[in-house]
Order: sequence, then structure tokens, then C-alpha cells
Amino acid sequence: MSAVATPARQASGGVNVKLVNRIVIYGLLALFALFYLMPLFVMLVTSFKTMDEIQNGNMLALPKAPTFDPWLKAWGETCVGLTCAGIKGYFWNSIKMVVPAVLISTMLGALNGYVLTKWRFRGATLVFGLMLFACFIPFQSVLLPMATILGSVGRFGVTLQNSIGTSFGLGNSTVNLVFVHVVYGIGFTTLFFRNYYEAFPTELVKAAQVDGASFFQIFRRIMLPNSMPIFVVTVIYQFTNIWNDFLFASAYAGTGDSMPMTVALNNVVNTSTGVVEYNVNMAAAMIAALPTLLVYVLAGRYFVRGLMAGAVKG
Amino acid sequence: MSTVATTQIKLTPEQARPRASVRSRLQDALPKIVLAPSFAITIVFVYGFILWTIYLSFTNSKTFPSYVITGSRAYQRLWGWTFDTDPPSSWYTSITNMGIFGFLYILICLALGLFLAILLDQKIRGEGMLRPIYLYPMALSFIVTGVAWKWFLDPGLGLEQTLHQWGWTSFHFDWIKNKDFVIYTVVIAGVWQASGFIMAMFLAGLRGIDGEIMKAAQIDGATTFQLYRRIVIPLLRPIFLSAFIVLAHLAIKSYDLVVALTSGGPGGSAWLPSNFMYEYTFKRNEMAVGSASAVIMLMTIVAIIVPYLYSELREKSR
Repeated sequence: MSAVATPARQASGGVNVKLVNRIVIYGLLALFALFYLMPLFVMLVTSFKTMDEIQNGNMLALPKAPTFDPWLKAWGETCVGLTCAGIKGYFWNSIKMVVPAVLISTMLGALNGYVLTKWRFRGATLVFGLMLFACFIPFQSVLLPMATILGSVGRFGVTLQNSIGTSFGLGNSTVNLVFVHVVYGIGFTTLFFRNYYEAFPTELVKAAQVDGASFFQIFRRIMLPNSMPIFVVTVIYQFTNIWNDFLFASAYAGTGDSMPMTVALNNVVNTSTGVVEYNVNMAAAMIAALPTLLVYVLAGRYFVRGLMAGAVKG
Repeated sequence: MSTVATTQIKLTPEQARPRASVRSRLQDALPKIVLAPSFAITIVFVYGFILWTIYLSFTNSKTFPSYVITGSRAYQRLWGWTFDTDPPSSWYTSITNMGIFGFLYILICLALGLFLAILLDQKIRGEGMLRPIYLYPMALSFIVTGVAWKWFLDPGLGLEQTLHQWGWTSFHFDWIKNKDFVIYTVVIAGVWQASGFIMAMFLAGLRGIDGEIMKAAQIDGATTFQLYRRIVIPLLRPIFLSAFIVLAHLAIKSYDLVVALTSGGPGGSAWLPSNFMYEYTFKRNEMAVGSASAVIMLMTIVAIIVPYLYSELREKSR
């Protein structure tokens, strides 16, 4: 800008710079939105295409003649390993595993958080610290002992089955996975509830105690009615984590009819026999992703809060 | 909070009377009794199992666990493999990949997350629509992410093919099939999944900064760039730390993504230590070596997490 520039020109230059800035910012934001949406978009359009169109067409093109067949095939017919009955059974396996695991771990977390904040005792911080650290261990460091224990419990279950006719669920893969997810989930659920209850007025608890309310009465009548937000956060967090788990699922239910959705999906996609049906694979992946995506769409705010709570131990 | 105020504790006359001493002692112990099962579970299934794994790493367990201590042979083998570069051992590949993946994944996620957060913080119309778009991959399982990117990066079907059809026939992108580059595709998919979340962390941090400080700096004539470099970014230090911890911990635990995206890569060239551990323990019948690698992974996490947790907990109890 030379010395002869008039104030008017300077001002108009300022407006232009501002406009260019805005365009650049919006352009960049849109570009990144494309980057994040692209894989989902490709997955979605591919799942509605015929194999013919996939081989001859463009990955990004919309399906010319949208067909729902790949979804039906993925759900009811595609082969997982040697069984060709679709992924529907594995979808239900996941549901049967997720629901009890989420409920039990959340309930235990609520009780633990309540004790750790409102019934403090000597060493409470240490207890919490030990449980908190458990959230961060690489699960590889417990994978093998747990496999050994589950193996012997399973053998015991078989013995029971043979002698008294019922195994009480011992050795059942779904039961095993529920147990594993509860064990390695309570650290996080305790953390969530502890941080939430920390901010909850202790005077109310004290007052109720003076009035003679018992431990569980206070929990039921005072804490629980005020815990809705943290329950939503915890349930969503646990649901997403357990539904998406692959390591435990493949280690403890990696074969047979009891595997959860993630393992089944991986098997579908990596089956090398016959023609690879990409549209069916993509439909299967979409089906596996739908429950967590749905939760995210319906309750995204709580999902983010859960992630943050897991990240920032404030 | 209004519910709190209106909640009435209804007491039966019986409860209002002083209790028998056994009952009251039980009441006193009740909180600990409630917490005990969870704590016991943690002690046995986390710390007990960790000790068990450490123990196994000092035996010569192969297909089945053996409980005769035979010394640090498993570690010696891992140590030897650490420098086995010709041909590279699986362990060498795994830890080199961990270095490449961990460094790039953390760095790019932090940079991209901060960049997007700053862009979104410029009073953007449609922010409410963009944020969920950046963040949704975090809700997907690594397996789904892997399947999607496997397709997208496949030279015969995905990006390369598409660009060829559009006329850019010289475009060549086969990293996913190339043993020297396959780990970078894991970085791409990993960044795609986690960077939106890091953005959300930074955005929350930016929103927490006192507007007065920004105004004061602007009045002093600071340019936008100076404002961010000198004032905003230093104020975000706690977020950098939290984000780093989250990413480091995710990186070391990464297992599923490698499996789903690359199936381990050509000749195991995409392995991370977690994949090494799984393969050696469950497929190659080298239980002791697998356990030793798990212990090394654990130690790495301990070195990162324990100082962080310690300072966090100490700060709070103060």
C-alpha cells in the first residue's frame, strides 16, 4: 500500500480482504466436510448398486437403478465363514451382549460414583486411582489370562451340563463377553458418575442422613432422580464402545455362531472364496454401523460429552 | 436442581428410631460393601491378570501356558529382533510402524483438530451442521472404518480408478498394497476417525477463553495470526495435554483398524505391537513372546498415563 492510497481505497481493500478471508474459510470447511463424508457416501451408494454397475461405473456416481437387494442379501444370505445365513444372527448376538453389559456396568458405576463422592473414606482416592488406571491399560496385557480363565470356566460349565443338566450360562460366549465388558467397563462408568456426583451438593445428602434416610434411600430418592444426563452419557458411551469392540470379541468369540457383529463383518469382508460382492460387503458394514450412527444422530450432544468426560478428567 | 429441593424423604416411624448397633454398624460399612465387588474385580482381573501376564513372559510358554520360570528369554528374543532389519523381523516392523503411526497420527490429529477448531470459531454460519459431520466417524467401529477406507483406497475400485475415469490416467495410488507405504493408509484412516473429536476438544477450549483477553490484544493491534500464536494457543495448553494423552493411548491400543483395513498388510508389513501380540500369542504358539510384547505395551502406556493421572488426582484432592 503506497503513501498516496486514499482512506476510501484502504477501506474498500479491507472489505475485500475480509470477503476473501470468509470465502477461504468457508471453502476450507466445506472441503474438510467432504473429506469426512466421502467414505460414508461411497459406502452408502455402493450398497445400493448392482455388481455390474460397480465394476463398470464410477465409485462416486449415484446408483442408476437403486436396488435394495445387497442389504437383503447381507442381512439374510451372505456367508460368514462357512455358514451362509446372513449377518442377522450376529446382529442379535451383539444386541444380546450389549444390553446387559451396558446396564450392569452403568448401574455399578452409578453406585461406585455415589460411594466415592458422598461416603468418602480413607483411601478413597487410591481406590479410585486404581480403578481409573484400569481404563487405560492396553487390553493385550490381560487378554491371555482372561482367555485361560474363561476356558476353565467353560470346561466347568460342560461338566455341570453333563452332570446336572444345566451349565448356568458358564462357558456361553455371550455371557463371557458380557462379563468381560462389565469388568473392563466399570472403570469408565465409575469415572463418569464420580465426576458428576462430585458437583452434586453434599449438603442434601447430609440433610437426608440427619433425617435418618438410609444409604440406598438417599441413592434412590435423591441421587437417581438427578442423574438423568450422566446416565444418558454413560449408556451411550458404553453402548458405542461395547458394540464397536473387536479385540475381546475376536479373542473370546471369534468363531462359530456366537460371534458379535464386528467379528462377523470382518469375516464377511475378508472371505476370499468366490466373487467378492462389494455391494453386499458395504451393506453389511452399513448395518454394523447403523446402531451407533443412530445413537449419534439422536443424541450426539451426549455422545460428545461422554467422549470429553473420558478424555478430560476435570 | 429443582427436583432436588422438592424431593422429600419419607421416613417410617420405625426408621426414625435409633437403630440397633449391629444394624447401624452394617449401615456404616454399607458404602464399602457396595464398592467392594467392583474394586475386587479390578484388583483381580486388571492387576492380578497383569501380574499373570508378566509371569508368563518369564516362562517358556508356547501353545499352552507353562508356569516354570525360565528367565528373560522372551525379552532377549524381542530385544534381538529389535535390530533384525535384514529381513526385518515382525517385531522390528511392529515397533517401527508404531513409531511412524504414533508420531503422524498424533501430530496430524492435533494440527488438523486445532486448525478446524480455529476455523469453526470464526462465527461460522452452519457451525451446528458442520460439527457433527466432522465428528461422526468417532461413533463408528474401527472395523467399519477399515472396510470403508479399504474400498476407498483400493487401486482397482476406489480413488485411483475414479480419477482414471475422470481422465487423470497417470494418477497412481496403491499404498494399501505396498508394503513400504501400507502403514500410512492406517494413518489416513485413523486421522479420519479421531481428528473430529480432537477438533471438538479444542473448540470447547477456545470457547472457554475469556473474550476480554482477545479484545485487549486486538486493541493493542495484534494481527489475527499473532493473536492465535501468542495468546490463544498458549492458553490451550491443557487441551493439548489431554488430547495428546487420548491420542497416544488410542494409538498404542490400535489393533482393529490394521486388521480391517489391511488384514495385516502384505507379509505383516502393517502390524503394530498389538497385532504382533495377538498373532504370537494365539496363532504362532509363542505365548511367552506374546506376553512379553504385551508387557512392553503396558509399560509404554504406564510411562505416559501414570504421571498424568497422578498430577490430575493430586490437583483435585488439594
